[in-house]
Amino acid sequence: MYKILKKKILNPTVTLMEIDAPLVAKKAQPGQFIILRTDENGERVPLTIADYNREKGTVTIIFQIVGATTEALNHMEAGDDLHDFVGPLGQATHTEGKKKVAVVGGGVGCAIAYPVVKKFHEQGTEVHAIVGFRNKDLVILEEEFKDNSSKLFLMSDDGSCGEKGLVTDALKRLIESGEKYDEVITIGPLIMMKFVSKLTKEYGIKTVASMNPVMIDGTGMCGGCRLTVGGKTKFACVDGPEFDAHEIDFDEAMERSTMYRTFERNAHEETCNLLVKEVR
Amino acid sequence: MDVLKKVPVREQDPQVRAHNFEEVCLGYDEKEAKLEASRCLKCMNARCIAGCPVNIDIPGFIREIEKGNPEGAYKVLSNYTALPAVCGRVCPQETQCEERCIRGIKGEPVSIGKLERFAADWARENNIKPDLPTEKKNMKVAVIGSGPASLTCAGDLAKLGYEVTIFEALHEPGGVLVYGIPEFRLPKETVVKTEIENVKALGVKIETNVVIGKSITIDELMEEEGYRAVFIGSGAGLPKFMGIPGENANGVFSANEYLTRNNLMKAFDASYDTPIAAGQTVAVVGGGNVAMDAARTALRLGAKVYIVYRRSEEELPARVEEVHHAKEEGIIFKFLTNPTEILVDDNGWVKGMKCEEMELLEPDASGRRRPVPRKDSEFELPVDTVIMSLGTSPNPMISSTTKGLDLNKYNCIIADEETGQTTKEGVFAGGDAVIGAATVILAMGAGKKAAIAIDKYLTDRQ
Ligand SMILES: Cc1cc2nc3c(=O)[nH]c(=O)nc-3n(C[C@H](O)[C@H](O)[C@H](O)COP(=O)(O)OP(=O)(O)OC[C@H]3O[C@@H](n4cnc5c(N)ncnc54)[C@H](O)[C@@H]3O)c2cc1C
Ligand SMILES: Cc1cc2nc3c(=O)[nH]c(=O)nc-3n(C[C@H](O)[C@H](O)[C@H](O)COP(=O)(O)OP(=O)(O)OC[C@H]3O[C@@H](n4cnc5c(N)ncnc54)[C@H](O)[C@@H]3O)c2cc1C
Ligand code: SF4
Ligand code: SF4
Ligand code: FES
Repeated sequence: MYKILKKKILNPTVTLMEIDAPLVAKKAQPGQFIILRTDENGERVPLTIADYNREKGTVTIIFQIVGATTEALNHMEAGDDLHDFVGPLGQATHTEGKKKVAVVGGGVGCAIAYPVVKKFHEQGTEVHAIVGFRNKDLVILEEEFKDNSSKLFLMSDDGSCGEKGLVTDALKRLIESGEKYDEVITIGPLIMMKFVSKLTKEYGIKTVASMNPVMIDGTGMCGGCRLTVGGKTKFACVDGPEFDAHEIDFDEAMERSTMYRTFERNAHEETCNLLVKEVR
Repeated sequence: MDVLKKVPVREQDPQVRAHNFEEVCLGYDEKEAKLEASRCLKCMNARCIAGCPVNIDIPGFIREIEKGNPEGAYKVLSNYTALPAVCGRVCPQETQCEERCIRGIKGEPVSIGKLERFAADWARENNIKPDLPTEKKNMKVAVIGSGPASLTCAGDLAKLGYEVTIFEALHEPGGVLVYGIPEFRLPKETVVKTEIENVKALGVKIETNVVIGKSITIDELMEEEGYRAVFIGSGAGLPKFMGIPGENANGVFSANEYLTRNNLMKAFDASYDTPIAAGQTVAVVGGGNVAMDAARTALRLGAKVYIVYRRSEEELPARVEEVHHAKEEGIIFKFLTNPTEILVDDNGWVKGMKCEEMELLEPDASGRRRPVPRKDSEFELPVDTVIMSLGTSPNPMISSTTKGLDLNKYNCIIADEETGQTTKEGVFAGGDAVIGAATVILAMGAGKKAAIAIDKYLTDRQ
């Protein structure tokens, strides 16, 4: 059992939790993830390690409520126990030897982007954080990004916070104004990563995207997380989750990400109904 | 009774079982078991024993069954195996113990597997436990993975008094026994869980949710955590794909994914959350036991199922019993058929599979008949789901993070056949991780030999 030590609601659909998991905390690196199950009958869901504290033995996760499991997770409180929590899984972000980078995050992807930004900042790399949200109610981790990056560019679709526009608009402007990035790292919705990748390809800037396909085991056993990179099949859980964005077949990844949509919508409705019943 | 024939075993009716996940084979009752046991000649020089990778005293346990003492039979079995109820069900007996049985020369061999299963099931139902170890040694041994190789090695070491901890990556111990082999061949809650509990009762600790190579490495276990020796039984879980167009479309799965969703995550049971896209018309590509299991699972989830295999029925690597069961249940076999492309609709879902017909050449030097495509024989199989069951190989997570652990060209860990000793001192390995995807009993045999070798290694170093 893995105790929830802290719970913090970041916005109506995004929650942060700190979990007691010393073994995971000891090894965790930015870019890696964990897999958890809330209860004995639960699904295995992957979540990025948003932060960790080796001394306290804790791991922070930030999740968006999208389906049955994340809904159930959001109904758990500090003091409750998670049934399973395994990690760290996947390859860590390669942060070495870079002088200046841009990290482009979108929506809840910013939770995944944050530890990467922080790691660059701590090791003295100049890091531009470009983060985008649909509107001001959905903004997460603004303070954290500000404190842990060289510069923060906050974008929103409707202009209700930061600057109105897409993350790609900001990135393009920065590149055109002469910023020289050794690398761009992008984390967020597939469609956003696809366009970030397209943009940086035009300018010949090396780009890494963090992929989050549906996973089960996270150990390379099921092949459910596979995607095509440079014409080859890769397993995101062991080969990734980060890959060379210019080589990723984003269209295929987008199609694969819809595979369980109808099942999940049903499961989510069921969970909601169940929870409503419990409340009554 | 005809002594040349096995006492028939009761099975669920094919029409009924095609729609449920209950066990297909119902096993012998006490009377049937005694009758079958009486067919065994209790040979002095029992040839059957050499056919069993863990050398069970077969006439010894069968004699107890005949005497009406199933408890005694179970005690005999427990001296050799920690998983008799599992092996009695899934061992390919026809090519092992039963193949050598003297009865088999003139008629059918003794039904050794079914008798083993009977004794083990009887013990479970009557709550008989194996004897507990009396010795205690103050030495820690780590065992990686919790499949049959690891469970056997851990159990045997615990019996010798070692402090054994199993580290398992998944949330549930058992390896392929829980995530791969389906419920209708090997019930999880009753059979597998009980035998794992018996191993735990010997004092073995099982830590789930620990991925060796990620959560902690073998070098750390030995250098920092005080483990004096390590056994690697991490299996061969990495699925292969064909590399044909359309293989990453929605509706194409590895057999491992399809089976894991259903077995480990219990997708067939509505009270569990994990979904499965079961499919309406399913093609399973391959011809091994795993292909049969995937096909029969899809059938039970309501699909019409084809097995597509590029050689002929004679070459099918699956057990005869499983092929027979699959046919009875209504699986359609397409032999001499090879997929060339998976056809995909506008939404990225499978809509069919392009195949070509094959013919077999004369046997080559290795004795295998190579399949080659027949000219202009392409056709389309209309399916909405494809399950690739082409075999698996060991995954590199442990080898890539352990100093001095060498692999062969198939990514299998190099280990001595008799001892399991790897190229790294104090580290032993066995099962699918060493020989590639094989069988439960071979994995157990390797675990057993390694336990003896680990004991010797640690005793010599005292
Ligand atoms: C390596 C990795 C790291 C991740 N890190 C985070 C994280 O830090 N924070 C976070 O909020 N989410 C993260 N995700 C996504 C997260 O795993 C899914 O949102 C979660 O599995 C949904 O579970 P559910 O049961 O609540 O929803 P489900 O009922 O499973 O799904 C609901 C909806 O979400 C979509 N969906 C399902 N799985 C995924 C997925 N893996 N990625 C994107 N959409 C999905 C479905 O298509 C469906 O429409 C990560 C995924 C991966 C693979
Ligand atoms: C669908 C299917 C049907 C089969 N049917 C039969 C049959 O009828 N009869 C038969 O004899 N054989 C059958 N087999 C084969 C048999 O199951 C295997 O040969 C046997 O289970 C191998 O045992 P093992 O102990 O070597 O490994 P496994 O059973 O594969 O167990 C390995 C375990 O190690 C864990 N692991 C892997 N890496 C790590 C890591 N880094 N850290 C921690 N843990 C790790 C895995 O999660 C797994 O639990 C079948 C296999 C499959 C897939
Ligand atoms: S363990 Fe397998 S091979 Fe050995 S006697 Fe039992 S059924 Fe036969
Ligand atoms: S060879 Fe056959 S008949 Fe002889 S002891 Fe073994 S099972 Fe019995
Ligand atoms: S999640 Fe199963 S192989 Fe990646």
